[in-house]
Amino acid sequence: MSRFFVCALAMMLVTYFVRAVPFTLFRRKVTNRYAKAFLYYVPYTVLTAMTVPAAFYATGSVAVAAFGLLVAGVLAYRGRGLVVVSLAACAAAFAATFVLQWLS
Amino acid sequence: MNPVRGQESASDRPGRRSEWGDGLRYGFPIACGYFFVSFTFGILGASLGFRWWETVLISMTNLTSAGQVAGVRTIAAGGSVFELALSQFIINLRYSLMGISLAQNVSDDVSAPRRMFLGFGITDEIYAVAASRRTPVTTAFFLGLMTLPYLGWTLGTLAGAVLGDVLPKTVTDVMTLAIYGMFIAIVVPEAKNSRKVLAVVGIAAAISCLMYYTPVLKDISVGFAIIFSAVAAAALGAWLFPDVDGGACRE
Repeated sequence: MSRFFVCALAMMLVTYFVRAVPFTLFRRKVTNRYAKAFLYYVPYTVLTAMTVPAAFYATGSVAVAAFGLLVAGVLAYRGRGLVVVSLAACAAAFAATFVLQWLS
Repeated sequence: MNPVRGQESASDRPGRRSEWGDGLRYGFPIACGYFFVSFTFGILGASLGFRWWETVLISMTNLTSAGQVAGVRTIAAGGSVFELALSQFIINLRYSLMGISLAQNVSDDVSAPRRMFLGFGITDEIYAVAASRRTPVTTAFFLGLMTLPYLGWTLGTLAGAVLGDVLPKTVTDVMTLAIYGMFIAIVVPEAKNSRKVLAVVGIAAAISCLMYYTPVLKDISVGFAIIFSAVAAAALGAWLFPDVDGGACRE
């Protein structure tokens, strides 16, 4: 039992320090234009790398996931908000699941 | 101001909405996604022989998906504490980069002690929402943004560990798309307005696919693959397009 707590504590501490230390200590504003551009692009590249191609395999059916993601892409292109796009992706995938089951 | 992202222009008007409320609203889809991701984590923990409260405790103290999955697998396999700590360090190293990036976009009210507290809430999704925000991130916004995802992550783990496979798989499968839908809602409007961002995310997608499908590269852990794809694409983008498109540029 104590082994669990030692392990849980180790996980917590490592994960916490990796997150909080750079965020707390790095207070300087970056002025180098290349570094600024890099930091500007990072959130979008992180999100893209997490989504492509993993999202296509998230539901167990590539076709279902692709349809949900397509609907999300169209709605996002039209400027819909986060909640609407998220729920629409789920609803579209849910509908696609039933259509595929009905067809087969 | 960019008229396409209508919700954002409303949130940029002072007094129109509270920062805390704005954070909650942005955190909602993350919380939905987290609930179902952590639900599967709860099931995994139970299947590896962890008690329900052990799995929940790990979720409440770590708030990260890839690291936790690797962690419970290492613990269950009888790995050493050193191996465990090293794997957590490597898998979660991307949060250090995110912390530095996020530090560029925080409001002056976020003091060092507050950063030490808020830093706990840096996850891929929370970071991306906060860092891509047009206005500097305040303490209230970030706290609001953390709240629902933290609850979703904790409750999802609890539900998964206790209930197991009660929900039909079609439902849980489909709900995992919520989080990707949110990513798309953040990236697409930005890529629509800036060809540079479009090119950079295209590069990120290409590298990510390369690492996913290429024989040797696909054995690299998910955490590493994400950080490598993201860093390589952003670095290439900074080299090719050092002057980011106007309006989107942060101070």
